[in-house]
Amino acid sequence: MSDVMIEARELSKQYGSVHALQNVSFSIRRGEVVGFLGPNGAGKTTTMKILTCYLAPSSGSATVNGADVFGDSLGVRKSIGYLPESTPLYTEMRVSEYLQFMANMRGIKGPEALKRIATVAEQTSLTDVLHKEIRHLSKGYRQRVGIAQALVHQPPILILDEPMSGLDPNQAHEIRDLIRDLGKERTVILSTHNLAEVQVTCQRVLIIAKGQIAADDTPDQLRARAGKPRFAVTLAKGDAAMEESRFRQRARELLSALEHVEAVEERSAKEGELTLVVVPKGFDDLRSAISKALAQEGFVIMGLSQEGEDLEQVFRQLTVGASAASTPGASSGKGA
Amino acid sequence: MVNTLTIAKRQFRSYFNGPVAYIVIGVVLTLLGVFFWNTFFLFGRATVREMFTLLPIFLILAAPAMTMGLIAEEKRTGTIELLITMPVRDAEVIVGKFLGVLGLYAVLLLLTLPYPMSVSTLGHLDWGPVWSGYFGLLLQGGAMLAIGLLASSWTDNQLVALFLGAAICFAFWIVDRFLPFLPTAAASVFEWLSFDYHFRSMARGVIDTRDVVYFVSIIGFALAMAFRSLESRRWR
Repeated sequence: MSDVMIEARELSKQYGSVHALQNVSFSIRRGEVVGFLGPNGAGKTTTMKILTCYLAPSSGSATVNGADVFGDSLGVRKSIGYLPESTPLYTEMRVSEYLQFMANMRGIKGPEALKRIATVAEQTSLTDVLHKEIRHLSKGYRQRVGIAQALVHQPPILILDEPMSGLDPNQAHEIRDLIRDLGKERTVILSTHNLAEVQVTCQRVLIIAKGQIAADDTPDQLRARAGKPRFAVTLAKGDAAMEESRFRQRARELLSALEHVEAVEERSAKEGELTLVVVPKGFDDLRSAISKALAQEGFVIMGLSQEGEDLEQVFRQLTVGASAASTPGASSGKGA
Repeated sequence: MVNTLTIAKRQFRSYFNGPVAYIVIGVVLTLLGVFFWNTFFLFGRATVREMFTLLPIFLILAAPAMTMGLIAEEKRTGTIELLITMPVRDAEVIVGKFLGVLGLYAVLLLLTLPYPMSVSTLGHLDWGPVWSGYFGLLLQGGAMLAIGLLASSWTDNQLVALFLGAAICFAFWIVDRFLPFLPTAAASVFEWLSFDYHFRSMARGVIDTRDVVYFVSIIGFALAMAFRSLESRRWR
């Protein structure tokens, strides 16, 4: 048995004259947690719908756990647990009834089904609400029901379309932990347009933009592409002894004099405050040096943070860049 | 096959978790009560023929009302996507849905049994035509439900499904009544197409294989079209 769980070859999908996907190729190994990242309408959902056999690609093909989406679509569907976008559920059913139905549909019956339901309810913390009707559950709980449903047959592959959208930070945190846990023994694909999610949950990121793969890398590598970190320090101007322009100049001098500093820029700030951005020469963390230097001179530091370390910039570069650079038919499939 | 039954069972149960089933059954039984007893004592005969005339008319609206949500609502809420990405064939989904609503319809028919039963206490009721009439109702209702299911597969809006389904059922019902205005050749074709033409003899107690084949064909054809419609999503 090969280690490749999902293999997409030159997938394209057209809706009328719209190219939703163009020659997308990638392969995903056993045990990987992969994030599909991209702006809305970039082709993430379409890719997932093809892998789950809901849609057929216009051209190209895909293999899931050794089964072809055309030749053995039932085989593909057996290996997948799927949570579609916006978590569609039969809201008039009770959670236990619903999970029972989904288990039955997966060919799991009787006591075995009850056992599995108990297990996934435990995993997704649903045990307390099993008897409740789904329509009375909060968004966070519904999301968990959606995930529980995808787990009930213990599939080797999980495909989750925006599993964390619409959740409050606490709920998102729980779901994130759950997904990370699941990723230990399963192959997981999840889609999102939230960068923070990818950073904490995924080992690998496929950035999809305009129906093409714009990047395929680890979050760390992608972050490195974002370039150097920058440091923003905010000072209080409250000290009346120093007049405004001297205050500003003194602060800039101090920071410029530090080691490894390439430039100091000023940024608009609140009334009574001054924000300066320090651009370092290398990748050093200058935060302690900055705060020490300023504190010694009696400056009051209101805030000090490191910026540009997240994926946001890369994401913007890649997705915006792709729109400018994309030429129809150009293959950007950069599969592993 | 197992999947088909699982889907049918869920569908049947879910009817009783929502208002539609209760409303449809309630309205049909109320209307039947009003119209049936209204004329029953006028004729003064121990027969339920009137019921077999009335029910198909009510079903023109009642059958599509029962089926309108079957696929349209699943499309609107997106649950169809999960259902279809289960390891089931599209055909199993369609047949399962059909059997589910047929079950609801069977409940409706069972609830009309008090009519022949009470009539039989008032006079001598010939049960032969009653049973064959029920058999005919099951077939004709099944055909109307299949048409309603087809309409439901065309849209994600329940109201649109209701009106499309009702319009088609109405056409199959009314066509029989327009025959005098049609040229003779066309008339016989249209007569053969009408529900009533095939149902009439069953309501009188005669079960003809050709009538059974007619209704079963309508059911099969409508379900096959619904299957195509569901499947077409993959290629669009």
